Amino acid sequence: MSPEALTEVELITVVIDGFEVSVPKGTLVIRAAEKLGIQIPRFCDHPLLSPAGACRQCLVDIEINGRAFPKPQASCTIPVENGMIVKTQLTSPVADKAQKGIMELLLINHPLDCPVCDKGGECPLQNQAMSNGRGESRYEGVKRTFEKPVNISSQVLLDRERCVLCARCTRFSEQIAGDPFITLNERGALQQVGIYEKDPFESYYSGNTVQICPVGALTGASYRFRSRPFDLVSTASACEHCASGCAMRTDVRRGKTLRRLAGEDASVNEEWNCDKGRWAFKYISSKERLAQPQVRGEDGELHDASWPEALAVAAAGLKGKRVGVLVGGRTTVEDAYGYSKFARVSLGTNDIDFRARVYSDEESSFLASVVPTLTTTYSDIDKADKVVLLGFEPEDESPIVFLRIHKQVRKRSLPVVTLSPFTSRGSHKLRAEVISTTPSGEAAAITALSGLTEKSVILIGERLGESVGALSSALALSKATGAKLAWIPRRAGERGALEAGAIGNLLPGGRPISDAAARVDLATAWGVDSLPSGAGRTTNEILAAAQSGELDAVVIAGVDPLDISATALNSLLNTFVLSFELSNSAVTAIADVVLPVAAVAEKSGSFLDWQGQPRAFEAAIEGALTRSDVRILSMLADEVGAPIHLPSVTAAAREFANLGKWDGSVTEFVPVAAVAPVEVSGNQAILTSWRQLLDLGTLQAGEANLAGTARASVARISAARANELGVTTGDLVSVSTERGTITVPAEVSDINDSCVWLARNSESSQAIATLGSVSGEVVTVVKA
Amino acid sequence: MAENEVPENLEPTTEVAKTTEFGLAKAFQESAPITDQSASGFFKQLLGFWVTFATMFKKPNTVQYPEVKAPTEPRFHGRHQLNRHPDGLEKCIGCELCAWACPADAILVEGANNTPENQVSPGERYGAVYQINYLRCIFCGLCIEACPTRALTMTNEYELADNDRGKLIFEKEDLLAPLRAGMLMPPHPMYPGADDGTYYRGEVPGSHPSQNPEANANA
Ligand code: SF4
Ligand code: SF4
Ligand code: SF4
Ligand code: SF4
Ligand code: FES
Repeated sequence: MSPEALTEVELITVVIDGFEVSVPKGTLVIRAAEKLGIQIPRFCDHPLLSPAGACRQCLVDIEINGRAFPKPQASCTIPVENGMIVKTQLTSPVADKAQKGIMELLLINHPLDCPVCDKGGECPLQNQAMSNGRGESRYEGVKRTFEKPVNISSQVLLDRERCVLCARCTRFSEQIAGDPFITLNERGALQQVGIYEKDPFESYYSGNTVQICPVGALTGASYRFRSRPFDLVSTASACEHCASGCAMRTDVRRGKTLRRLAGEDASVNEEWNCDKGRWAFKYISSKERLAQPQVRGEDGELHDASWPEALAVAAAGLKGKRVGVLVGGRTTVEDAYGYSKFARVSLGTNDIDFRARVYSDEESSFLASVVPTLTTTYSDIDKADKVVLLGFEPEDESPIVFLRIHKQVRKRSLPVVTLSPFTSRGSHKLRAEVISTTPSGEAAAITALSGLTEKSVILIGERLGESVGALSSALALSKATGAKLAWIPRRAGERGALEAGAIGNLLPGGRPISDAAARVDLATAWGVDSLPSGAGRTTNEILAAAQSGELDAVVIAGVDPLDISATALNSLLNTFVLSFELSNSAVTAIADVVLPVAAVAEKSGSFLDWQGQPRAFEAAIEGALTRSDVRILSMLADEVGAPIHLPSVTAAAREFANLGKWDGSVTEFVPVAAVAPVEVSGNQAILTSWRQLLDLGTLQAGEANLAGTARASVARISAARANELGVTTGDLVSVSTERGTITVPAEVSDINDSCVWLARNSESSQAIATLGSVSGEVVTVVKA
Repeated sequence: MAENEVPENLEPTTEVAKTTEFGLAKAFQESAPITDQSASGFFKQLLGFWVTFATMFKKPNTVQYPEVKAPTEPRFHGRHQLNRHPDGLEKCIGCELCAWACPADAILVEGANNTPENQVSPGERYGAVYQINYLRCIFCGLCIEACPTRALTMTNEYELADNDRGKLIFEKEDLLAPLRAGMLMPPHPMYPGADDGTYYRGEVPGSHPSQNPEANANA
């Protein structure tokens, strides 16, 4: 901070319980007291929500310049002022008595059913009733009762009897998530939290209300009655689901993850996370989890094998062969580094790619030349004068980025521009200016954008690479205006895999494969004679080569072939397939050797979030028998006879850190010209789609309560098309290609007349599997 | 001198020696090694057998355990029991307060959700897993004091020995009270019109015919 900035903050000195404290102007009395270590009891106060003064538990005596307030005041709503003298419950008998009275009132209607309440043992009401309440209640009447519990969504349960009407949940929903689906109804003794009758509480952030509810009024269905805080071992961890990079806390009881909570990181997720990060962890304990290595026997079936046996068979299938490596976007940096080094050193190839999705060569070039140099962070969003979203639906594809933008939109009406086929709920909440685009029209629309400055931020989603020329236009726009650029992949491991060189045209640390000096530099560091030169194959090229016999074997780690293409699995049928997997999957079904790997909760490691910042985590489950990919790769490399010397995650992390970033020249980005827009007529339409946050993703398996709040699959069509087809919202329509048909209810929206939008991987709407395409394809839309 | 301190000097004070002819004080005096071989010394030795001799004429105290089992005091802390409501529903709500209170970490509880199809205890929650490890339990009774529903009490049963450590971890089935007359084996629905409060206040008299799932299925 510059000296001017320092002096800008006006400090105010107040006296609290006889101690002086200086705090910035505008600080609330309750926060100033915290600075002195004085704890004023509270329920509704939350540092990230606007003050409500709803519970009145934080009453203190306040005197300003000798004039005392006639009654105790709520310290969570009053900012400090010069000459203020505050007396909390510690020094003022009046404040103490007032707090005890409030507590007694709160408890009058409280059911005190702590033994059956999930909050018991970690409950602010229990704790503060002990520290700041009367020992005995004087109330002998009948308590107000409500039916309980009420499902306000399939994963959040409401017990209105326990509610202390603090309005934290409703303020969160409105102010932070922008989904005001719960509200306080009625008044007086009948006041209660309720849901809007028409809209179910379908928020992607609903789990946060459970975490911040100061009593057990809101509880999560999946953790219901499962445990008490003293049973749990908590570990700080990082979220494995998306590139937002949330800090998390994983609570484990006897080797089983029971819940995950949002961790605190002011620079990333503040104190929030999304429901996927919070509740999608059952895949760890799925029945399909692999425990033993498996080797396909002569009978064509997989049989359990010992590690030495499986590694020997795997090594025999790889040694001296032409091998491709598909890493998937979910590995930690250390594991991705392991794959990267294994491919180069043990297999002697650059045929490695982490992209298990639709991509383009334009994107390959963008990833190699541009992304490693990007430095945009969350704080740039906070400071931005405009945010442009390109091929990116933040609510679905990176929920914490959405919260950050939403925060600024609420706070200072940050202008948001999005290139999207229609106004999504997220765009609506961000009050975004929607520039209606078709998949092939994105490049032109980007070029036409105006009004960007150096303080603007352009957020590029991984989907932009699906549209020819769009990445080139975005880069040109950023160059021309000086706007900051960020690339936000959907999966948590992609940025890390890129930095670790798990891609054919980059070596670890952003070293270009085409640069001989970079190769020599790395070969020296790795202690090998030379590294393979020439850009490696990309995901689809590896698959094609496997099919045509140009590759003899494929190493495939945690990839769902249906994320790549409808035919990806078929390409693997005639090669030797070595699968690194968590659970039985389509790939293990055809693999020759299956090696079980550790889930995130069972291992340590780190991810790189979209900012490129490391998000390290420790193993939450102690003593799991599974191993991290890199450790297995190291054993396998020994067996192959070309060791990579990465016996542990720590060793991989250290070696990768020591390599450092490449400081030499990088390859030039090769711009690609846009193509002419596709024309459609009649019942033809251009397909657009993206993956919703909650969908059929592998890591969300086994959590029915979470799946219950996924947004329903619909086909979005324009009013004109709906008219033509004679359908209205809710009627079934069929979207078809030669490959197949998806039949889902129509939803009439402001979508471009030539387009139809589908959920990419949701219930009864799996675009790749059924239609063989995700975007840009001409499909037919008819009434079903 | 504090009560529980052992006196260093075992010689009785002269005052005690004077007032007590026999007994402990005398024995102290006599416990010095006998070096005196005279006749009076022999009598002194006999004197030492006085207690033994007198006991021969008392009623023997021996209990022929295990053939004969002497009753314990009524409040003796023995094996735990998980009680039932009069209609057979379990009292335990799986709250883990007993586990929390236990100083020996002998109890493991996991709660679960009562559902209309699987109503094990009144109300929302029941104890799905309940174990007491008798290798750890010190029979202090803090757990039964903590139990908010009087589900957990202690019986007078003290025969808790085994030759297998595993068997000394008692499961819920081992601890549950047997069904008495009028009780139905859970899971079954709650008494008609009753809620968990009714049960808690002991107002449920016994099972109601409508609670019997088999009878309902037949009807
Ligand atoms: S449900 Fe919880 S967070 Fe919401 S108002 Fe009630 S006590 Fe507060
Ligand atoms: S926003 Fe992303 S990183 Fe955060 S909890 Fe959700 S899935 Fe995990
Ligand atoms: S009697 Fe004492 S030691 Fe034994 S289970 Fe109960 S609380 Fe634990
Ligand atoms: S026995 Fe009592 S204290 Fe223990 S879990 Fe059951 S109800 Fe709670
Ligand atoms: S914490 Fe101040 S009124 Fe609730």
